[in-house]
Amino acid sequence: MGLKRGHQARPVELLAEILIFTVSLSTIALILLIFVFVGREAIPVLLGKTNSALIQPVIPAANLDQLQPAEVREYLGLTAQQFQEMDRETLVALMEAREETSNDIPESFRNDPDAQANTTQFRYLFRPHQWTGYDRPEYIWQPVGTIHKYNLMPLIVGSLKVTLIGLLFAVPVSLGAAIYVSQLASPRVREWVKPGIELLAGIPSVVMGVFALLLLASLLQKIFGYQFRLNAFVAGIALGLTAVPMIFSIAEDALTSVPRSYTQAALALGASQWQASWQVVLPAALPGVFAATVLGFGRCIGETMVVLIASGNASTMSWSVFDSTRSLTATIAAEMAEAVSGGHHYRILFLLGTLLFAVTFVTNFVGDLIIHRLKGRLEGRG
Amino acid sequence: MNAARRAPFHSQGRDPVALLGVAVTGFATALILVILAVILGSVVIQGLPAFSWRFVSTVPKKDFFDVNSAAVLPMIVGTTIRVLVMTVFVMPIGVITAVYLTEYARAGSPYTRIVRAAINNLAGVPSIVFGLFGLGFFINFIGKNLDRFSGAEGPNFGQPAVIWASLTLAVMTLPVVIVATEEALKAITPGLREASLALGATKLQTILRIVLPNALPGILTGGILAISRAAGEVAPILFTGAAYFMADLPKRLTDQFMDLGYHIYVLATQSPNIEQTTPILFATVLVLLLLTFSLNAVAIIVRARMRRAMRAGH
Repeated sequence: MGLKRGHQARPVELLAEILIFTVSLSTIALILLIFVFVGREAIPVLLGKTNSALIQPVIPAANLDQLQPAEVREYLGLTAQQFQEMDRETLVALMEAREETSNDIPESFRNDPDAQANTTQFRYLFRPHQWTGYDRPEYIWQPVGTIHKYNLMPLIVGSLKVTLIGLLFAVPVSLGAAIYVSQLASPRVREWVKPGIELLAGIPSVVMGVFALLLLASLLQKIFGYQFRLNAFVAGIALGLTAVPMIFSIAEDALTSVPRSYTQAALALGASQWQASWQVVLPAALPGVFAATVLGFGRCIGETMVVLIASGNASTMSWSVFDSTRSLTATIAAEMAEAVSGGHHYRILFLLGTLLFAVTFVTNFVGDLIIHRLKGRLEGRG
Repeated sequence: MNAARRAPFHSQGRDPVALLGVAVTGFATALILVILAVILGSVVIQGLPAFSWRFVSTVPKKDFFDVNSAAVLPMIVGTTIRVLVMTVFVMPIGVITAVYLTEYARAGSPYTRIVRAAINNLAGVPSIVFGLFGLGFFINFIGKNLDRFSGAEGPNFGQPAVIWASLTLAVMTLPVVIVATEEALKAITPGLREASLALGATKLQTILRIVLPNALPGILTGGILAISRAAGEVAPILFTGAAYFMADLPKRLTDQFMDLGYHIYVLATQSPNIEQTTPILFATVLVLLLLTFSLNAVAIIVRARMRRAMRAGH
């Protein structure tokens, strides 16, 4: 709709246009800000600047004068701003406090090799480690305790597990419904189903979580007879339900954007309505279905409240569908309140957020690209 | 519509595969509707017993798990305030961005494509990441710096508050407003704009006096959809403003607030006796659903009226 500016472009007009353009920059700015400010808190972990070891090297307070200012600042973990505002006495007090904490460490941990390990290093984050008292290397997420165990694998596996169950439930159901509504159903049925799906989309995820917790969990346990009432399976199904409206509408949109002439040609050649839908329309719209799946994946892996309420919240490493589990999102939601601002736990949680942001950024990008291409092809552009 | 579409089963002839296909897809459709009915039905049936005028109009005591003193007034107030403050921020930015995209930008230019990609991405960012963003940007960066410059004792801005939760939600719902407004603007025929320009109005005058007034119903729909989306969101406000319990209603924008969705989460997961809490839990869910669905219903009615008016118009 690129209308030209009025023929008498006045300064006010130009000013307004500049203003409007500036506001439109906000969307790009926001994406960058999210990336910068979520990533910023996680950067020290990525650069290896955090140290979560229980036993840390101690410099006696008496040695303060022999140190460079930069060394003192790094030793005490202060920002440049904080460091400037402090006088010598405060620094000495801080160093003495540091010494004292170190002396307070119980004897039992002094000889534990794990107590000296910086558990925010990548090998502790992603690879199994044989902790003291365990008889083999294991993946453990236990951020609270004397020794902080930050292995991300149980959470990543938990997220993937729940998401895959959600998609295995949501994609077939949504796709089936989309085929039925767009190709087979009478207009009257369609008038009933579409508002129904919109209603489902309007149910907040916390309500879906409650539904899973109180009704779905008992129902599924009765049917499948597994041990833990709350597990990845229950959370996955509920998660799938929250994704159904979105997958349905993208798939339905892709199916209806296939030109009517395709169906009509198939029908004229003697195909039944089903054959035309299944063998002609669906293949033509397949990229759209794929895009719906990709976007549904992003939606499911980023969903918080359902998983937080219905998954049982056990951060154990397990591929079993019927074990209690915990996702990346639920971990952030559950633990941020107790994490000390600026501490290693806090930074690791932001690292999880950055990871989620990166994953959904890619899925959104890919999904939109596929839809764009498909629409272009079906409308005969390129 | 041809005859076949009115009777899906009869048009398949004797082909068993086709009959099965229709049955399976029809079953999938029915399954979604049945689950929806079960969710809504159970919320209404189990929520009504504990739902009363006292429940929605009084402030609860500290022990809100007790059936006799449970109430949700502060949560209703908190949720309402946070979505209203959000609207104040998200509407101008969203509408102006949509005006830029439909009225000024050249379709397909690299800048427009980047803006659209940004909008799509914003719509797909997980809600918990918005929560982290609100904590990292609004509270820890803007809030803490405001505290430093204002020089007041103790944290004033650099802590969870209504304003930060609202701003976080505004960022989250921006794509909803932009997309709805754009649709409304695109639905206005170019003829209307051309007529205005032909009469000597400038582009800005055309937008302010012709385009925007005509698109108003669609813009309002976008606002309502954003509100109903935000009203039920919990993850973005977990660290940016929601409080477990407050004895008073929030008075300033820098206060924390109690929230319906967050309260549902608390009732569901932290009750000492889940059997006893279940009726309150469902009643609270009922209140939240009434709020979001009535907003959605308004949006749907406004949209339907707008379409009818437009069809009548040309």
